[in-house]
Amino acid sequence: MKYILMMNTMKAGQGVLSWPRKDLQAHIGFMMGVNQELHGRGELVSAEGLSFPDQAKLVRAGKDGQPVTDGIFPESKEFLAGFWIIDVDNPQRAYEIAAKVSAAPGPGGAPLNMPIEVRPVMSGPPPEML
Amino acid sequence: MTNKWDATSEHLLRGLAPQVLGAVARRFRDFSSAEDAVQEAMIAAFTQWPQQGVPENPRGWLIQVASRRMTDHMRSEIARRERETAVAAETENLTSLLVVEADMDPDDTLILLFMCCHPALSPSSAIALTLRAVGGLTTAEIANAFLVPEATMAQRISRAKQTIKTSGVPFRLPSPLERTGQLPTVLHVLYLIFSEGYTSSIGSHLQRFDLACEAIRLTRSTKTLLPDNPEVAGLLALMLLTDARRAARTGPDEELIPLDKQDRTLWDRSAISEGIELLTAALSKGSVGLYQLQAAIAAVHDEAASVENTDWPQILALYELLQRVAPSPMVTLNLAIAAAMVHGPAKGLELLRALDRDPRIAGHYRLDAVRAHFFEEMGDREAAIQHYRIAAARTTSMPERNYLLTQAARLAELLKPGCP
Repeated sequence: MKYILMMNTMKAGQGVLSWPRKDLQAHIGFMMGVNQELHGRGELVSAEGLSFPDQAKLVRAGKDGQPVTDGIFPESKEFLAGFWIIDVDNPQRAYEIAAKVSAAPGPGGAPLNMPIEVRPVMSGPPPEML
Repeated sequence: MTNKWDATSEHLLRGLAPQVLGAVARRFRDFSSAEDAVQEAMIAAFTQWPQQGVPENPRGWLIQVASRRMTDHMRSEIARRERETAVAAETENLTSLLVVEADMDPDDTLILLFMCCHPALSPSSAIALTLRAVGGLTTAEIANAFLVPEATMAQRISRAKQTIKTSGVPFRLPSPLERTGQLPTVLHVLYLIFSEGYTSSIGSHLQRFDLACEAIRLTRSTKTLLPDNPEVAGLLALMLLTDARRAARTGPDEELIPLDKQDRTLWDRSAISEGIELLTAALSKGSVGLYQLQAAIAAVHDEAASVENTDWPQILALYELLQRVAPSPMVTLNLAIAAAMVHGPAKGLELLRALDRDPRIAGHYRLDAVRAHFFEEMGDREAAIQHYRIAAARTTSMPERNYLLTQAARLAELLKPGCP
């Protein structure tokens, strides 16, 4: 079963820009460790981190079908900071991984307890195989 | 002397994989490394044989290449240890191992099958290892079939082998008693490989390795090895009788076509007759099990010229038997469908009510999908639309969601004023 784990952080999460070096390194090391573990267990499909929201463009098709871009991301409390797609044996395992990621260390090494949105990727069996 | 590579060669090559692995694992007494070595030999064969032709003795060729890989691996292992402790004598033992003469055991494929489907493994690990060690697939092919990166699949396989090593499974044929105990797990793994072949996500139909065919091939070879077991035959029959409808079950845009709307002229008649023949022989042995019963149900569908001509009372009776042999909420759900066909949709709805309290299935999209269908049959379009929509929101199958949304939209159009 495939799941996507979406890590949403508060826009204020850009506070990461001013974290002390020690805390930053601990955080980066933790995330690398998670990816290593998922890979080692044969569960990792993909993991991506996304740029800060000020790099985002909102795109719509104009009258002629050409892209019309909005300069900056509109105000939003939360934004998607990164995601994992994992292939695991049961939903419990997906939640377990999500909880682990959620508790990534933040300033002072305290767990961030970020909200992680877990959703199944549409890859379930057809009805006659259930 | 070589033979030309043709359509049958790939089949031949994959079929040799477990035999070669058996010979190499026995000689070197190291299943895990032998399995890696055979994989390398398989990849070498897939690269070289189409160009250079199939060797006169393909099995000998593969054993030789795999054994060479093994000795290379051992030599570097020994060199590493020598640097640490200096073990000279082992190098001599090594040379004697280089003499390659196949010590074949016809049971090797069976030993490997039981080993790879060991209950200590999670289903996904057992599936991956079985496909590589018994099925002779490459890691890349397995990764492609499951739409995961090759490195991930490689890790899954190596972890599975580690689990086998830790649980100390010996490389020998399980006793008849052990075999009886473990066979359900083996058959379940084969069935999971088959059903995985039917799951689809967006774009998965493009160039995806055909797992359903692979599962049929593996089950066929299991049937050859265990010819007297009626459940093995039942499983093979079930796969053939289900796969026979493959061409009819999806439309040009991969959309799902349910059984009652399928063009039955597209069903594969030869697969159906083979399935029925296998099933008839299995049932005559008098030890009925869940695969034979499911195959029997598939056979009743396959033999009917239309959904109206289907022998629903027989299907209902078979589901009642199945509920006794292998009770599960999914069986009850299917029983409700058959009961509705025999006694009307109200009876079906009544049977579904019991499932609402069953935590194993309550909230499952199938419950709403089936309920929607019953409401539609009864003429309650509003309720049908509502349940089709709930089901669409809950399913994790993309073609199924599209199907359910289309059903809801079709009924909603009929409800609009001005339409007949």
